[in-house]
Amino acid sequence: MTPPPSIRHAFRSEGVTKVYGSGPAAVHALRGVDLEVPQGEIVVVLGPSGSGKSTMLNILGGIDRVTDGKVWFLDEELTAMNDAALTQYRRRHVGFVFQFYNLMPSLTARENVELVTEIADNPMDAGEALELVGLTDRADHFPAQLSGGEQQRVAIARAIAKQPEVLFCDEPTGALDSHTGRAVLRVLKGVNEKLGATVMIITHAAATAQMADRVIKFADGQIRDNIVNTSKVLPENIEW
Amino acid sequence: MVSSLDKKLGRDLWRIKGQATAIAVVIALGVLMLVMMDGLVNSLEATRTAYYERYRLADIFAPVKRAPDHVIKEIAEIDGVNVAEGRIFGGALIDLDDEPAPIRAQVASLPDYHEARLNDIYLTQGRALDPTRKDEIILLKAFADARDLGPGDQLSATMNGARRTFDIVGLAQSPEFLYAVAPGEIVPDDRSFAVFWMSREALGAAFDLDGAFNEALVQIGRNGDILSVIDQVDRLLEPYGGVGAYGLEDQLSNRFVSEEISGLRISARTVPSVFLFVAAFLLYIVISRIVQSEREQIGLLKAFGYSGAEVSLHYFKFTLVIAVAGAALGCIFGVLSGRGMVELYLIYYKFPFLVFSVDPTAFAVGLAVSIFSATIGGILVLRQVFALTPAVAMRPPAPADFSKSIAFSDAFKRFLDQPSRMVLRRFIRQPWRAAVATIGIGAGMALSISMLTVLASFDEIVDINFSVINRGDVTVSFIEPLADKTLFELKRIPGVSEVEPFRSVPAILRHGRQKHRGGLSGLIVEPRLNRAMATDRSQIMMRGDGIILAKALSDKLGIEPGDMLTVEVRNGRRPVLELPVASIAETLIGAPAYIELGALNRAMKEPYRVSGAYLRIDSSKRDSIYKAIKNMPAVAGVSRKEAEREALVKVMNEGAGGMRFVMAAIAGVITFGIVYNSARIAFAERERDLASLRVIGFTRGEASFVLLGEIAIISLLALPVGIFLGQFLAIAISAGFSTELYQIPVYYSRTSYATAALAVLAAACVSGWLVSRDVDKLSLVECLKSRE
Repeated sequence: MTPPPSIRHAFRSEGVTKVYGSGPAAVHALRGVDLEVPQGEIVVVLGPSGSGKSTMLNILGGIDRVTDGKVWFLDEELTAMNDAALTQYRRRHVGFVFQFYNLMPSLTARENVELVTEIADNPMDAGEALELVGLTDRADHFPAQLSGGEQQRVAIARAIAKQPEVLFCDEPTGALDSHTGRAVLRVLKGVNEKLGATVMIITHAAATAQMADRVIKFADGQIRDNIVNTSKVLPENIEW
Repeated sequence: MVSSLDKKLGRDLWRIKGQATAIAVVIALGVLMLVMMDGLVNSLEATRTAYYERYRLADIFAPVKRAPDHVIKEIAEIDGVNVAEGRIFGGALIDLDDEPAPIRAQVASLPDYHEARLNDIYLTQGRALDPTRKDEIILLKAFADARDLGPGDQLSATMNGARRTFDIVGLAQSPEFLYAVAPGEIVPDDRSFAVFWMSREALGAAFDLDGAFNEALVQIGRNGDILSVIDQVDRLLEPYGGVGAYGLEDQLSNRFVSEEISGLRISARTVPSVFLFVAAFLLYIVISRIVQSEREQIGLLKAFGYSGAEVSLHYFKFTLVIAVAGAALGCIFGVLSGRGMVELYLIYYKFPFLVFSVDPTAFAVGLAVSIFSATIGGILVLRQVFALTPAVAMRPPAPADFSKSIAFSDAFKRFLDQPSRMVLRRFIRQPWRAAVATIGIGAGMALSISMLTVLASFDEIVDINFSVINRGDVTVSFIEPLADKTLFELKRIPGVSEVEPFRSVPAILRHGRQKHRGGLSGLIVEPRLNRAMATDRSQIMMRGDGIILAKALSDKLGIEPGDMLTVEVRNGRRPVLELPVASIAETLIGAPAYIELGALNRAMKEPYRVSGAYLRIDSSKRDSIYKAIKNMPAVAGVSRKEAEREALVKVMNEGAGGMRFVMAAIAGVITFGIVYNSARIAFAERERDLASLRVIGFTRGEASFVLLGEIAIISLLALPVGIFLGQFLAIAISAGFSTELYQIPVYYSRTSYATAALAVLAAACVSGWLVSRDVDKLSLVECLKSRE
C-alpha cells in the first residue's frame, strides 16, 4: 500500500535486518523490514513473542541499532546517527512508555515528569502533563505510593511532557487490569489527538487494535500484515 | 556428574569474575600479611634457637676485672651449672689506611688447645687459629665483607694502648654478634664496627691477663635456676672485681634480636587483624549485594522445591570458592614475600642461614578468617531472602519507598534539578546503605593514614634525634673515666669548636619490682650538644641530684617525677644510690637516664671524671681531627653522627623497617579496592535507573552524574570518617612498631592526611571513570527488559 505523496511519514525503513550474535548461534530478529508510518497515526503493532516487533520499535526509538538497512525519522536518517545524535533524537522527539514503567523511585510523580521537562526544548508544564493523565491530585506521591495503573500514567505523563513527535509504548497495559488498561489507552488516544503525536503501541492484546489507525502484524522478523483500520473504536468501548 | 546447581555456581562465578577477583585479592592481602609476619616471627625464633644451640651461646655472661683461672672451676661446680669457661674480652681500635676515623672493635679469646665450649664461632672462610702464632686473628665476616678484607690480609689494631699488626687467617660469624652493634649505638654499621678473635694466650698477653680471665661464660643445665646461679657467680667473682653477671636476655645482640622478634610478634597480632577486619567489612558489603541481586533466582529455586539448606549451601559454596582462592593466594604470596623479607633481615641479623618457615596454624587461621568474613555477609542477606515466600521473592522488589524522605523546601528545590534530588534522596532514604559505604571507604582511608603516619614518624624520629637532641658531630669515648683535663687535649685539636664532656656508668635501675639494665649518663648543667628534651620540645636542664628518665624507661619502670629510683652502679665503687626522678624526657631512640655530671661524680666519689665528650667540629678539618684522635691512647672509640644517621635511615628503609612500605602499599590497594567496589555496587543498584535516563534522552554525562554524584558525596563524607578512624589506627599501629630500642611517636602530619585524602579522591575519580565507562556501554534494550 503506497500512501499519497502529500502524506509525511514519521518513519520509513528499507530492508532493515537485525542479527543478534554470530555464527551458528546467530538469531535473526528482523529479516528485511520495509515500513512506512504516516505522521499522526495511532499504530498498533501485533505479533507473537520473538516476531521482531520489540526489536523494530527499539530501532525506531533510537535505543538499538540495525545490522543492515536504513531507517528515517522524517528527513533524518537514524541509521547514520552516532550515539550522541541518537541521544539528542530521543531527547527532542521521542517519548517512551514501558511495560514496567521505569520510574525513578526516589522522585515524586511530578519530579519524574520534571526529569524530562528540565532537558526538553519545548516541554509542557509538568502539572499539565499530569492533568492530561488525570493524576493532578497524586502529583506529590512517590512511585511506591501509587498503584500500577497510576505508575503507568505517570510514565505516560513523563513521556508526553516533552511534547514528542512520536510516542513508543511497549506493552503499556501489559501489567494492568482491563479497567485501568482502558484508562491508559484513553490517555494515549488523547495525546494523539491533542499533540498530533504519532503513537506506536506494541501489545499482545489484540483487542487494542480496535482503536488503531493502522495495525501492523509481525511474524518471523518480517511484516506479515499492514492494515489500515477503517472501523475505529473508542478506547472505552474496546472489548477486552 | 556435576549437579545443575554446581554448573550454575561455575557460570555465576565466571559472570562476576571481576568482582570476585577483587574480593579474592583483598582477602589475599590480609592473609599475606598474616602469613608473612607470623612466618617471620616463627623463622627468626626457630633459627635463633638453632643457631644458639649449635654454637653453644652462654646463658650467663659475667664480666670481671681479673680473676685467676682456677675460679672458673668453682663456678662450674655451682649447682645448676652445666659448663663454665673463662675468656678474655676487650675493646680495640682498628686503624685502616683508607679510613681517617679509628674503628671501634671488640676482641674475644678462643681456647688454644680445645674447641670453645661456649660462644663458639662459625668459620665461614679460612682456617682456625694456630695457637703457636701470636699474631693471627679471625675477623667478623660482616666487617671483612664491608671493608673488602679476607684471609691473607693484614690489620692493625690498638689494644690496651699498644698498636700491633695482625694476619687475618679466617672469617667467622657468631651467635654472640648476631646483631653486631657497637656498645651505645642501636643500628649496626658493618663498616664501622668490628669483632675479632685471637688465641687465649696472645690476648692474655695483650691485656696483661696471663693465667686469668676477665669474663666468665656459663651454661645452665636443664633444671638450673638462672637467678640463683647469677647470684652465686657474683659472689664468687666479687673479690676479683666482678661487675655483675647478667643473663642472655641482657646480652646486647640478643636483646636487639629479642626486641625485634617481640615487636614483630605484636605487629603480627595487630596489623594483619586490622587489615583483615577492613577486608571482612568490604566483603560483607560486596557479597550481601551479590546475594541480594540473586533474589529472584533464590525464589525460583525454592519454588522448584529446593530446601533452604540446599540453597544456602549453594551460596555458601559461592563465597567459599572466593574465600579459599583468596586465602590460598594469600598463603602463596605470603610465603614468597616472607622469603623476600628474610633477605632484608639477613642484612642486619647475621644468621648463617635463615629459612622462612610458616607455622601451619597461620595458614589455618588465615583460611578460617577469610571464610568467616566472606560468609557472614552472605548469611545475613540469605536470611532476609528466606523470610520471603518464593512467589514474593521471584517478583522484583517493589520500588523503594521514598515517601518518608524529608520534603525539600521550595527555596531549596530551586537549587536542585531532578538528578540532584535523586542523588540526595537516596542518602536521606537509605542512610544506612550510604553509611556502610562511607565507613568502608573511611576505614580504607584510615588504614592509609595510619601507615603514612608511621612512615612520617620514622622520618620524624631521625630528624628529632639527630637535629634536636643530638647536635654534636662526633662522640669520643675513653677506655676508662679520665680526669676532665683530658678535655683540653681535645679542645686543642685544630678544627674542634666545641667540647662537651659526659660520663656514663653502667647501672641497674630499679623501681619496685621492675628493673632495667642500662646506665646513667652524666651531662653538664646546660648541655648544648646532647640534650634532654621535654615532650613539647623544650630543653630540660640538668639540676641537682634529680634523674631525668626517657619516656620509654619511665613507662617500663612504672615511675613518675617525684618518685625515688634505686640505681645500682656496676663499676667503680659500685654504690647503690637512691635518687629522685626530676622529669621525663622525650627520647625516641634508646632509653637513657640522665643526671647532672657533677652530681654523678659526687655520688661515685670520683670527682672531675669524664668518660668521653661530644664534639662539634669544622668538617673541612675532619680528617686531621680524626688522625689526632687516633693518636690519643686513651680513646676507646669515635662515633660519627652522620654515619649513625645514615645507618639508621638505612635500617629503616631497607631493613626490617622496609616492611612499612609493603604495608603502606597494601593499605593503598585496599583503599582503592573499597572505593572501586563501592562504585561498582552503586552502579549495579542503579543500572536500571541509569538505562531509563539514557532512554528518555539523558546524555551519558547527565546520566553518569546521578552515579558519580553519589560516589562523590560518599567519598567526601568518608574523608572526615577516615581522619577520625585514622588517628586511632595510627596509635595502634605505631605501638605495634615501637620497641624498647626506638619508639614510634604518633606524629600527625598534615601531609599524611592530605596524601590519604588525595588517594581516596584519586581512587574515587578512577573508579568513577571506570564505572561511567560502563554507563556508556549500558545496553538500553536489555536493561529495560530485565527487571533487576
